[in-house]
Amino acid sequence: MFKHLLSMDQLSADDITRVLDTAESLRQVTDRPIKKLPTLRGRTVCNLFYEASTRTRISFELAAKRLSADVINFSADSKSSVAKGESFKDTAWTLEAMGVDAIVVRHGSSGAPLQLSRWVKASVLNAGDGWHEHPTQALLDIFSIREHFKDLSGLNVAIAGDVLHSRVARSNVKGLVTMGANVVLVGPPTLIPIQARSWGAEISYDLDSVIEDVDVCYLLRVQKERATEQLFPSNREYAANWGLDSRRVAKMKPDALVMHPGPMNRGVEISADVSELPRSIVLDQVSNGLAIRMSLLYLMLGGAEEGDVS
Amino acid sequence: MSGSQQARSTSTPFALGGMSGYLLKGGRVVDPSSGVDAVGDLLIADRVIAEIGDSIDPGSIEVIDVSGLVVAPGLVDMHTHVREPGREDEETIASAARAAAAGGYTAICTMPNTDPVADTASVVEKVWALGREAGLVQVVPAGALSKGLVGESMADIGEMARSVARVRLFTDDGKGVQSALFARRAMEYLIAFDGIYAEHCEDESLALGGQMHEGERSIALGMRGIPAEAEELMAARDVALSRLTGCRLHLLHISTAGTVELVRRAKSEGVPVTCEATPHHFTLTDEALEGYDPNAKVNPPLRSEDHRDAVIAGLADGTIDAIATDHAPHAIEEKDIEFQYAPPGLVGLETSLALTLTELFHKGHLSLSDAIERLSCAPARILGLPDHGTLAVGGPANVVVFDPDASWEVDPHLFHSLSRNTPFGGRKVTGRVVHTFFNGNPTTRDSELVGVSV
Repeated sequence: MFKHLLSMDQLSADDITRVLDTAESLRQVTDRPIKKLPTLRGRTVCNLFYEASTRTRISFELAAKRLSADVINFSADSKSSVAKGESFKDTAWTLEAMGVDAIVVRHGSSGAPLQLSRWVKASVLNAGDGWHEHPTQALLDIFSIREHFKDLSGLNVAIAGDVLHSRVARSNVKGLVTMGANVVLVGPPTLIPIQARSWGAEISYDLDSVIEDVDVCYLLRVQKERATEQLFPSNREYAANWGLDSRRVAKMKPDALVMHPGPMNRGVEISADVSELPRSIVLDQVSNGLAIRMSLLYLMLGGAEEGDVS
Repeated sequence: MSGSQQARSTSTPFALGGMSGYLLKGGRVVDPSSGVDAVGDLLIADRVIAEIGDSIDPGSIEVIDVSGLVVAPGLVDMHTHVREPGREDEETIASAARAAAAGGYTAICTMPNTDPVADTASVVEKVWALGREAGLVQVVPAGALSKGLVGESMADIGEMARSVARVRLFTDDGKGVQSALFARRAMEYLIAFDGIYAEHCEDESLALGGQMHEGERSIALGMRGIPAEAEELMAARDVALSRLTGCRLHLLHISTAGTVELVRRAKSEGVPVTCEATPHHFTLTDEALEGYDPNAKVNPPLRSEDHRDAVIAGLADGTIDAIATDHAPHAIEEKDIEFQYAPPGLVGLETSLALTLTELFHKGHLSLSDAIERLSCAPARILGLPDHGTLAVGGPANVVVFDPDASWEVDPHLFHSLSRNTPFGGRKVTGRVVHTFFNGNPTTRDSELVGVSV
C-alpha cells in the first residue's frame, strides 16, 4: 500500500478509508478471548523512541504483538543519546543490520522519520516528530469521529489549543480536510499560526463564537509551561477564554463530541467534569489507536497479501 | 603608496621556476574598475600585469590561449570561515586557500569565530602568517568586535588594526551584537582605526532556537522559525548607529526584502553602509528544507521566494555591493544527524562563481561586468585591498580566467575544502574557473590546482 508512513500529506481519502476499514475488521480480534492473529509471525518491529511516551509506545507494542510480530523497544532521550556519541544514523544502521522489518519512531527533531527512511530498508512509521506530524494519532481520531458520524464530509471540527507546537494538530488538519470536514483552529493568536490557513483551515480567536456550530470539539494539550513563555498571561486566563468547561459544553449541539489526544491538563484546556461526560470519547480514542496501529502494520508489512482478515 | 607596499608583503614564497610570465591571449578582458570590456591580450610579467592590448608579442613568454574565456580581476571573498585555529579537521587556512584558488579567488577575508577567537593581535597575526605560508591567496583576517564574541567587552581592536595583519573589518559574525550600547561604542572606537563595523544581523530574542525561515514552510514542517524581522531590526539599529557615529558599516549576508530596502534608503541618505549577499541566498529558498536536509541549514536561513527575489533585485541595482560566500565548513558527522541538532552553515568557495553566473548572469539579472564587480572589485574596495579587484597595469597580477558557458555538475567529493557540506551536490551549473593567478603565479591551471605544497 505504502512503504512508509511519514505524513498525512501522503494519504488520499481512499487511503485513509482503507486504513479505517481494515482497522474496523481488526478490532473484532480484540473482542475475542484469544486476541491474536498470526499475520506478522516472524516479522520484527522496533519501537525507537527518542522522546518519553507511554500511550503511543504501548499502543504500538500491543498492536504488533496482537499480529504476532516480535517487538523490540529502544528508548533514549535524544540529547543524552547524542552526548553519548551514538548517532541517529548509526542506531538506524544497527537496527537495519539486525534485520528489523519496521521501525516505529518518535523523535523531538521534526523530519527525523523522513531522514531515517532514507537510511534503512525497513518501513518507517512516524509516531510523532517534533512539532511536525503524528499521523497515527490523526488516523485514530478520524476513525473515532467516523464511528459516530459515519461520514466526515461537511462536519464542523474545532481544534482548540496550542496549534503552533502541535504535531497532532498538523496531522489532524490535513487528514480532516482530506476527508471533507470543515476545520476551524481556535486559540490565542500566539498559538495559532496564521499560515495554517494554507492548510485549508479557518482561524478563530473566540471559542464561544464557534462552539454552537461544531460537531467535534477537539482539544489540544496546552503545556503548563507555555504561560511562562509569555504565550498567554496565565493558565487561569487561558482556561477562561479557550478552555472547554460545562458552561461551553451546554452550548454545544446535543450529539457533538469532545476529543483530546491526551495526556490532558485538566483545568487548562479542559475542565475535569467535561472530560468525564459521555460525549467525551477520549477513551474510545485510546482503544481505537490500537486498531489503527494494527491496521497500519498489517497493511504496510504485507499482511494484506496473505489473505482476508475476517 | 600602500598598494605597492602590500604587493611586496604578500608576494608568494614559492619560486617562479624558469618562467618570467604568461601571455593570456585572445580572451574577453573585463575589468569593471577601469570600465574595460574588450577582447584582447593580457601580459603578466614579473608578477605584475605588464600590458593589456590588442595583439601583444609574447617574446619568449609562455602563451596561454584564452579565446572564448573571460579574463577578470581575481575574486575576493569578504566572508570565509576557516576553522584554524580550533577545528583543523574541518578546514585549515591552507585547505581554505586551496578551495579559494580553485574557486577563482585571490583574496579571502577570514572570520574571527575560531577557537581561540581572533580577538587579539596574536591570533590575527597567526592567521595572517599561515595565509602567507599557504601562498595561494591573500588571507585577510577579520577581527572580533568583542572578546570571545560575547558582546560585552571590546576586543583588542587597535592592536589588531596596528598588527602586521592590519585588520580593517571587525565583526562578531556568527552572532549579532545584542547590546545597542556596545554597538555604538564599538562603532565610535573603530573610527580611530578606519575600521569597518560588520554585523551579523540577528536579534537573538526573536530568533532564539529558530531552525529555518519563519513562514508557511516552517509552520508546515513543524520547525521553529527565524522571522525576517530578526535580521531587519538589527540592521535598522545599526544603520541608525552608523548615521549617529559616522562609522563605516557593513552588513553581512543580508537575506530579506526589508534589509535590502533599508540599505537602499540608507545609501540614498548618505549613510556609510555597504552589504553583501551569498550565492545560497540568491539561488535557493526555504523550499530546500522540505526534505529536512541539514546541508541546507544555514544562518541567516534560506528565505522565501519574495525575499530571494528582493536580494536578486538588490544585487542588480547595486544596493548589495558584494557577493560573499559565508563559506562555513562542517564535519560530516556534525551534519549527518537530525536536522535540529545540526549546526548551520555550508561551504561556498568552490561554487560561488558558477552560481553567480548561472543564477544572475545567465538569467539576465546581472551583466558580466556587474557580476565581476560584486565578486571582486567591490569587496576589494570595501576591504581596502588595492592589489585586488582590478587589472590595473603595473599592479600585481591577481587574475581569474573563466569559461562563462562551461556546464558542469557540482560534486562535493572533488572539493579542495576539507568539508563537503553543501546543498548543491549534483546541481548542474554553468560557468567554470579555468585559470587563477595570484601575484602572477598560477594557482589554478586548466581547472586544476597547481603549485600546491601539501
